[in-house]
Amino acid sequence: MILQALAFYLFATVLLASGVVVVTSRNPVYSVLFLILAFFNAAGLFVLLGAEFIAMILVIVYVGAVAVLFLFVVMMLDVDFAELKKGVQSYLLPGLGIGGLLFAELIIAVAAHWHFAPHAAPAAATPKGITNTQALGHILYTDYVYYFQAAGLVLLVAMIGAIVLTLRHRDGVRRQKAWTQISREPSDAMALVDVKPGEGVE
Amino acid sequence: MNIAHDLIVLAPELILAIGSMAALMIGAWQGDGATRLVSFLMAALMVIAGAAVCVGVPDTAFNGAFVVDAFSGFTKVLILGSAALCILMAENFFEKEKMVRFEMPILIGLATLGMLAMVSASSFLALYLGLELQSLALYVLAAFQRDNTRSTEAGLKYFVLGALSSGMMLYGISLIYGFTGTTTFTGVAEVIGQSGVGIGLIFGLVFLIAGLVFKISAVPFHMWAPDVYEGSPTPVTAFFTTAAKVAAFALTIRAVMIPFAHAVGQYQQIIVVVSVLSMWLGSVAAIGQENIKRLMAYSSIGHMGYALLGLAAGTQEGVRGMLIYIAFYAVTNIGAFVCIQAMRRDGEAVENISDLAGLARTRPGYAFAFSALMWSLAGLPPVAGIVAKIYVFLAAMHAGLIIPAVLGVLASCVGAYYYLRIAKVIYFDEPAKPLDAGLGGRGMGTILALSTAFTVLLLVVPWVLVGPAQAAAQALLP
Repeated sequence: MILQALAFYLFATVLLASGVVVVTSRNPVYSVLFLILAFFNAAGLFVLLGAEFIAMILVIVYVGAVAVLFLFVVMMLDVDFAELKKGVQSYLLPGLGIGGLLFAELIIAVAAHWHFAPHAAPAAATPKGITNTQALGHILYTDYVYYFQAAGLVLLVAMIGAIVLTLRHRDGVRRQKAWTQISREPSDAMALVDVKPGEGVE
Repeated sequence: MNIAHDLIVLAPELILAIGSMAALMIGAWQGDGATRLVSFLMAALMVIAGAAVCVGVPDTAFNGAFVVDAFSGFTKVLILGSAALCILMAENFFEKEKMVRFEMPILIGLATLGMLAMVSASSFLALYLGLELQSLALYVLAAFQRDNTRSTEAGLKYFVLGALSSGMMLYGISLIYGFTGTTTFTGVAEVIGQSGVGIGLIFGLVFLIAGLVFKISAVPFHMWAPDVYEGSPTPVTAFFTTAAKVAAFALTIRAVMIPFAHAVGQYQQIIVVVSVLSMWLGSVAAIGQENIKRLMAYSSIGHMGYALLGLAAGTQEGVRGMLIYIAFYAVTNIGAFVCIQAMRRDGEAVENISDLAGLARTRPGYAFAFSALMWSLAGLPPVAGIVAKIYVFLAAMHAGLIIPAVLGVLASCVGAYYYLRIAKVIYFDEPAKPLDAGLGGRGMGTILALSTAFTVLLLVVPWVLVGPAQAAAQALLP
């Protein structure tokens, strides 16, 4: 038990610290690298909770795909982050003030009155005898099929939207035209000329 | 759970979803040349889905996540009807602007699908997914004229602020889940009925209402509306003020009244403040506006304030009043936006109120319809607006909200000024250079005539609206 608590505080501390560095770091590449560290620690917290499937998904999807994509964007786009962060100083005090106020309210209102609802505790427990992945598989396409399909439609809209807003058909781009390319005959592209010595091609 | 039964309950949404994907395939293969075909296909799909809604029987599906009743039927017919008309408007508008793209009707269709999911949502998860499906499509629609800086600005503003409001709402939902242990509306109501509302649950309720109020653009979460409504393409603005408003409003009614049925006093005070502030801001801030789309945005903020009075009442009568109000608002706005879309001079769209000067001398029919619709939005007799206002104000007074109702009547007197100013500019000002002939495309005249006829005749035959609204309210709060 003490080991678990120790692991929790270790993961949580590193997670929060790297979160702060993500926001404050001057170099955006460092920000992304610390974001990856934050993801790993969050995954560690999930493992402690017994949610190993979500932990692995976090590592595979967020570290493997999203963070790497961020890294590409940061390196390829010429964004002057120092310029973007210029206003931070002037907004720092009011921002901290509002944040502190919200935090205090949360402590007073939520932490002081926190109690688990009678229904909530059993719902959160990990199922006995089967793995997380299996348990999710049992409900994802049955009880939760409506949510699953709706989430799929949200992604479809995102894809259509990205294409609508960014795709431009430029002139002068040579595209693949499979049928024309395959059905090309030698006679369309070549002419055999019998060149007489000393006269050249007309 | 029987999947076949659930899919039958979901029939209208399935028709729209599968149809949209089929239309997407047609568009992807045929290119932008097929836009007209895709538009008519999507409009036809909405009509078919509307028919499916009409024959649907009250039922629930997917473990209570999705509910079909008279309330969802009433709002779905409104949403599908206005979405179909907006597709026809968009078809004409983008043809004139020479930027025809087949994704337009498909995005409207998918946004409509999200709206249908919203009004039938009976759990917080379903609510959130429906809302995101709708919002994501609307962000793209706002920025659709991507080479126009105003349009891209509108899209970006809407996206950033919309994401913020979604975040607040999710925070509220997670608090509600944490304190009740369930996400279904009826489940939350049951827990509150047994153990009362704690302070943490009220926190959740406040964040939830903040997110919902953003979506219907009521004060204090209204700042995005004028910029977004002004910058978006006109048919998209029409879509925002009709179908999107109906959906967000119906969602607010269900998501507040059902789970918090035993905590009316807790949400009543928030809603009363939001409602009164919206009425007054909508009425006062619209006075100085010159751009007609911006004016309609402030008008929309004000009208949401009046309609919210019914929610503050928290009674069946209040729900009926709200439904009548939102139906009147959607039908009148469709007509008003047909008029606004028809404002073109020398092939260019114009949007200032002064461009309408003396319209009555050159185009008497158009001028009459425009003025009648404005008269109705002002809530003056003898046209539709007064009917809707009476039902809402009476419900509020019966629930003991005398002071908010009186403030509402006063605000609508102030607001009448700017609607009447448009009628005055149309009828009594020196004629400006005449607008282009026609109403901007096929079918527009019919839509305008129907909308105006509804507006003018509602006082004579109020039962066409009151009957269904009564049934819908009874279904929601028996």
